[in-house]
Amino acid sequence: MADTHAFFIAAAYGASAVSIALLALWILFDGRAVRRQLAAMEARGIRRRSNTGTGDGR
Amino acid sequence: MALMDLANPTRFLALSGRVLPWLAGAAAVTLGIGFVLAFRAPADYQQGETVRIMYIHVPFAWLAMLGYSLLALSSLGILVWRHPLADVAHKALVPIGALFAFLCLLTGSLWGRPMWGTYWVWDARLTSMLVLLLLYLGLLALRSAIDDPNQAGRACAVLTLVGFINVPIVKFSVDWWNTLHQPASVFRMGGPSIHPSLLWPLFATALGFTLLMLTLHLAAMRTEILRRRLRTLEARTAAEAVHA
Repeated sequence: MADTHAFFIAAAYGASAVSIALLALWILFDGRAVRRQLAAMEARGIRRRSNTGTGDGR
Repeated sequence: MALMDLANPTRFLALSGRVLPWLAGAAAVTLGIGFVLAFRAPADYQQGETVRIMYIHVPFAWLAMLGYSLLALSSLGILVWRHPLADVAHKALVPIGALFAFLCLLTGSLWGRPMWGTYWVWDARLTSMLVLLLLYLGLLALRSAIDDPNQAGRACAVLTLVGFINVPIVKFSVDWWNTLHQPASVFRMGGPSIHPSLLWPLFATALGFTLLMLTLHLAAMRTEILRRRLRTLEARTAAEAVHA
């Protein structure tokens, strides 16, 4: 497979898969961290004014 | 639901929450089909098996340019309509577009070494794509350098619109200058010059990566909306503590 340049194909796909997976994980964990902080605020009774009393997330 | 209803962050959160799992599933399935087609497609008569890199490199290039074009639209939303979701969309899209621009350059280099005998040449297409990546990185740096979020949003919007001149340069660089990079072979006058056996797998991976970008963007936008709510709550709590 020397003339097919398998190393370059594998490197291109591998690096792309790892990079995209890292970005997706960063977005996922960032979202979870923010949600956790918001939940902690709400547990302390601090919530958005528009959220008080409606209970529908607004 | 009218399109304008989506401009309300709360409605956006509700709708995107319902759409997101389906979108992620569609992206995974489409990419899976695209990769099967890409590795079952015949080898190119000149490039041999190395043509497989095209099935990721070309979508990355398209999405890097599409991403920047969407940033320019968001910038108009920030500067002209002053809509908060426009700034949310802008901020969430920059790292995603930057990654696609980086991967376009990386996979292009890995294709160029066996095909051209070099990882890099200062050719107009490669250089203008590098400028696009630097613009994305500049936007990341600019936003993190300004403390006031509104000011940061406006500064990023201005830089985005100034940098948008580079998008048509990337697209037409192969026509305007003599480049080592091949000319346009899909979106061109007279139709695609690629054989359908190679073109359809390319369209499949391009659709899959587009759905993936949309999925990541919606997820990042949702987090950004919640982050701003958190910031507002923290500011209100701090203000109340001062007045108490």
